Amino acid sequence: MYDIKALYEAESIPDAVRLLQEHPEAQIIAGGSDVLVQIREGKRAGAELVSIYGIDEMRGVCLDGEGAIRIGSLTSFSHIAASPVIREHIPVLGEAVSLVGGPQIRNIGTIGGNTCNGVTSADSASTLFAWDAEVELTGPEGIRRIPIREFYIRAGKVDLKPAELQTAILIPKKAYEGYHGNYIKYAMREAMDIANLGCSVNVSLTGDKKTIRDVRIAYGVAGPIPMRAETAEKTARGREVNPETVKAFARAVLEDIHPRDSWRAAKAFREHIAVEMAKRALTTSITLAGGEIRE
Amino acid sequence: MNKQYKLVRCTINGKERETMVDVRASLTDMLRNDFRLTSVKKGCEVGECGACNVLINGECFNSCIYLAAWADGKEILTLEGLEGPNGEISDIQQAFIDEAAVQCGFCTPGAIMSAVEILNEGRELSDEEIRIRMSGHLCRCTGYENIFRAVKKTMLKRLAAASGNRQGE
Ligand code: FES
Ligand code: FES
Repeated sequence: MYDIKALYEAESIPDAVRLLQEHPEAQIIAGGSDVLVQIREGKRAGAELVSIYGIDEMRGVCLDGEGAIRIGSLTSFSHIAASPVIREHIPVLGEAVSLVGGPQIRNIGTIGGNTCNGVTSADSASTLFAWDAEVELTGPEGIRRIPIREFYIRAGKVDLKPAELQTAILIPKKAYEGYHGNYIKYAMREAMDIANLGCSVNVSLTGDKKTIRDVRIAYGVAGPIPMRAETAEKTARGREVNPETVKAFARAVLEDIHPRDSWRAAKAFREHIAVEMAKRALTTSITLAGGEIRE
Repeated sequence: MNKQYKLVRCTINGKERETMVDVRASLTDMLRNDFRLTSVKKGCEVGECGACNVLINGECFNSCIYLAAWADGKEILTLEGLEGPNGEISDIQQAFIDEAAVQCGFCTPGAIMSAVEILNEGRELSDEEIRIRMSGHLCRCTGYENIFRAVKKTMLKRLAAASGNRQGE
């Protein structure tokens, strides 16, 4: 038995908003792979829960009217990885979420839960940051949409107003069209482990594949929340595709990231692998985009 | 606090069942206590070890971190559901025995249910894919290699049988 004070099951999005209004103390439970474990650990023991797990309208991936990739917040990691839309337009997101936990966790874990925890190590988050994803929030006042970078406020804290829930994650067409990306997770084990560092890079090359039209890079675990390395992006944007550009880009990430010492890894080590990951992820992204890095 | 209950109707191992669950119960609690399906093991109870793994609508879930209340309307398969009409064990269970993929047996039902999810796909997975798909199980005894062999062998056998059937048609 879980130490739960009460469980309210929402049947629809408006129902969830109403339940959250009626029970202001209640916490939202989606797939529960974090919430239930925290209850077990005693951290959230005695909580009132509003379960949104049964809201099927929040599942699935599609292209909306404007061509944006729309991922329902309750879509499981395994369904994201298997989605034809994801595979065609942003395969790196499928690859990133395939590195979360183990297979059973990927069946229960949801992208909404992963991002609403506000945890820096979430495997989905750095890729969503790197692709300028937007978050759709539904609450008593209706629906609002904000960039995922504004959604994360600080470690463990996201911009969810009272009685609001995250209903979808969107990747606008201009944010994915023409981009190719790569995600690297550095962890001690290959499965069931949390990242020491995660790095997601994507590029858009010019028509002749010789110049970096745009490049974006985001890290998980390099700071208290996932973050973009903007100095690195500026360094490489508009530059020729060659080894010097890749090197300069990778070195520049140290201007932006602030990893910390923890029992998982030392700061100096994290900085070292951050540079190496940036280099490798950019190299792979360029190759995927059809570019060639000649020595 | 007042106890809160919910009537859960679901299909378990092919049979329609219903039970009144305490909303605080996990699906592991429900399957073990209400239905005596004791193949569903309590290992870590925090979703790390896979001992409590069952299929829900054809996908693997650690039932220890799945609320019993969510089982309403679902189709659940546990190891007991693999039993044949005359009490026979299934090919994948036999393969676990033949390959010595079982020692203490605590992880076995969970691991077999992950194997069932793989086998139900009816396609050939690479060794790497099998390893990834079986990676949500901790086994303190066998060292995993025998489990891997049992899954692979059964997959190949079934695929060979399926293509044999097709040729015979
Ligand atoms: S008992 Fe459920 S995963 Fe360990
Ligand atoms: S056989 Fe003992 S834990 Fe796997």
